[in-house]
Amino acid sequence: MSWRLWLPFMVFFGFLGLAAYQLSQPRDEFVKSAMVGQELPYFTLPAAVPDLPGANSEDFADGKPKLLNIWASWCLPCIAEAPQLEALKDEGVEIVGVAIRDKPEDIARFLSDHGNPYTRIGRDDLSEVQLGIGSSGVPETFVIDGKGRIAYQHIGDIRAEHVPILLEELRKAGR
Amino acid sequence: MRALFAFLMALVALPLAAQNDIPPAPYAYRQLDDPAQEAAAQDLMETLRCLKCQSQSIADSDASMAGDMRHQVRIRIAAGEEPEDIRRWLMDRYGDYVSYEPVMSATTWPLFAIPVLLALIAALLFWRRFRRRA
Repeated sequence: MSWRLWLPFMVFFGFLGLAAYQLSQPRDEFVKSAMVGQELPYFTLPAAVPDLPGANSEDFADGKPKLLNIWASWCLPCIAEAPQLEALKDEGVEIVGVAIRDKPEDIARFLSDHGNPYTRIGRDDLSEVQLGIGSSGVPETFVIDGKGRIAYQHIGDIRAEHVPILLEELRKAGR
Repeated sequence: MRALFAFLMALVALPLAAQNDIPPAPYAYRQLDDPAQEAAAQDLMETLRCLKCQSQSIADSDASMAGDMRHQVRIRIAAGEEPEDIRRWLMDRYGDYVSYEPVMSATTWPLFAIPVLLALIAALLFWRRFRRRA
């Protein structure tokens, strides 16, 4: 019997093996923004709470790298990342918040319960800024360099181990 | 009695109050007035992926973010933008991933090339076999 007779079987089982392997691999569910490296799109958002100013894209072009934090008071992982944002603020990082589909009274309650790391918070009721910068969920954090360019995207809540990474990205963006 | 009834009603109303989220974007569930524009928007929305739910189009999804994306599509269509430009705008932000319309690129070309190649090989095998018989 010619070995060539077995060739289709080998191809078939090879394909089966490949499919089984791919199915057993954990799937990367993150949708990365294609805007990293691009200019921050123009936006202007009204203030989310009375005692903090709203957020504008022009705020990011003042020469100092900042964090743009996409969050919401209704988002549970945002509570988990609050201490890390506080730690970043203590390191002198300026954090601009964009509150997605949120109510002023809920935002105020969140800030009094979990602390306020923000210098500005804009209200994004239609997810316009979120769509504009290619963010697909809350929370997400973007490093914006001093010229208003998106330098880095962090998807999901910031855990303690991500704080040095973000500080490093901010330092790199400041060069 | 009336007070008790009101109290019971208030208890029933509580879960509703807790669900009192901010209203959806104006054009998340409202169709455009111009039927031709609405049809163009609908066609486009059916080929855009909901980023939150990932296996649904934004036309099929009730996620608030899908609603906000439908709002974007509808107001842009109403403003006279071409559907393919809106798709481009989203793909510039989320990559090929956001579109259900397949595109040929450096990573996807084998998907298009392999079936053609297999069909050619099959045709060649058939041709050789039938020629031998003849």
